[in-house]
Amino acid sequence: MSKLSHYIESAGAILLAVIWISPLLFAFWAAFHSTSDAVNFNIMSAWTLDNFRTAWDGAPWLRYFMNTFLLVTLVLIGQFFFTTLAGFAFAKLEFPGKNLVFILVLMQLFILPEVLIVENYAMVSRLGLFDTLFGVGMPYMASAFGIFLMRQSFKSVPIELHEAARIEGCGLLGILWRVYVPLAKPTYLAYALVSVSTHWNNFLWPLIVTNSPDTRPLTVGLSIFGAPENGVDISVISAATLMSVAPLLIAFLVFQRQFVQAFLRAGIK
Amino acid sequence: MSKHVNNERRRQAIYGWLLLSPAAVMLTVFAFYPSAATFWSSLFSRHTRRKPSEFVGTENYADLFADPTFWLVVQNNLFYAAVTIPVSIGIALAMALWANSKIPLRGFVRTAYFTPTVLPMIAAANLWLFFYTPGLGVLDQIGAFFGLPSVNWLGQPETALWAIIIVTIWKEAGFFMIFYLAALQTIPEDLKEAADIEGTSRWTYTRRIVIPLLMPTTLFIMVNAMINSVKLIDHLFILTKGGPSDASKLILYYIWEMAFAFFDAPHAAAMTILILAVLCIVAAIQFLYLDRRTHYQ
Repeated sequence: MSKLSHYIESAGAILLAVIWISPLLFAFWAAFHSTSDAVNFNIMSAWTLDNFRTAWDGAPWLRYFMNTFLLVTLVLIGQFFFTTLAGFAFAKLEFPGKNLVFILVLMQLFILPEVLIVENYAMVSRLGLFDTLFGVGMPYMASAFGIFLMRQSFKSVPIELHEAARIEGCGLLGILWRVYVPLAKPTYLAYALVSVSTHWNNFLWPLIVTNSPDTRPLTVGLSIFGAPENGVDISVISAATLMSVAPLLIAFLVFQRQFVQAFLRAGIK
Repeated sequence: MSKHVNNERRRQAIYGWLLLSPAAVMLTVFAFYPSAATFWSSLFSRHTRRKPSEFVGTENYADLFADPTFWLVVQNNLFYAAVTIPVSIGIALAMALWANSKIPLRGFVRTAYFTPTVLPMIAAANLWLFFYTPGLGVLDQIGAFFGLPSVNWLGQPETALWAIIIVTIWKEAGFFMIFYLAALQTIPEDLKEAADIEGTSRWTYTRRIVIPLLMPTTLFIMVNAMINSVKLIDHLFILTKGGPSDASKLILYYIWEMAFAFFDAPHAAAMTILILAVLCIVAAIQFLYLDRRTHYQ
């Protein structure tokens, strides 16, 4: 009896997995076949790379890739800088007003940047950053979530190490740089993975603040390329989609464990 | 001695504020000021060429409340939340229980569940387009196999929002799964042994012991799912653009449309303030009911 239910459950789990992965598999199938072969599910039909060629020629993908790459790098550097300093201040220093400011920072966890698009757009335009990568990245740099994460990580560093470094004559910034930052490496790695995959995938805000191929990230480029007005067929769209998710997807498949751990660590807050 | 302590205190205060100020400036510029400015501009009328903007008090809010589209969008979003939150939590729990048990192909199963999490919503929408396209799409072909007529899933008001909902669930369930997986691994083995000795069935064990122990995780996931039901709207841009006749339009998409397609910033601002109010309520729930952080380690 329990053996039977074990079989049923295993079958259920695998069936769900197949359903879950099927959109990707169909896109993969479509991307490598001509449109008519793809929609007829002609198993024997020939494989082709034409869709990738058509897709590649249809938009400045290299530029889009570059933009996305620069954007996630920029955001990550900014986030590391701002959240390290602020996280350290919250974790290890006593100063008047600290608790009040910390509550304000926590509040920002719920003021999603996505929701403030109207005023952030006005702000970015005022700063002259419209249609620049800085404009796309800046609202995310002082992430409340990152500050919180760093604070938690720095808090767990034993005070003895701090004291020892001080006795050796290390200044406060020196201690932060030589003691806390190296010890928080796993947190930085986790944060980096989450941040990169978030910003690689971000769409609404870049859509609003970019206006030219020179700054547009992949997601926005992909949405313009696939717009029905352009009349691109399903095989070519599939090819373009696979192309733009490939770097992150391959990285995920290779470093799966680290990704899952990272999301977990980040979610725990 | 007390002079030394005073000095140390002053030093810490100076350093504290110095280290904090870069982040504080950024947060002020891109979160606090915009929130306040949104509220302020929601109280003014729209600036047009004929008429400069003027103070109108709560008129923008009154307009929204009198706008049937607004209520339709609110209703859509509530429905979107009411379906995506429980269903994706339920699926996530099932996935975690399966991915945690001894089944064949476990590695593949876990990867398959989690993969949608690393894809952009825009790409997910493109993938699903292949399912929903009338006539050629996978769903219609499966339907045709069973002799069902072709359905325009995205093009008719009855199914468009459902099509959107399914993509959202597909995207977020695997993400929620990993939190359940982590929590499952903290449940002590002896509970299972005790249950076995008592002759408890697996189903009862799951229902009476595992699920209650996962409650804090469920609450945490629920807050995330609530936030997602406001935030996950990218696929609308590809799949339906909120149509047909606003049947699948969600609030954040409507804000975008109001501000950047109709250039009506004051009404978009008023709507933003309403969303922020809802998010504050979600925040309050989190602070009141969630003992943060402690459930996983």
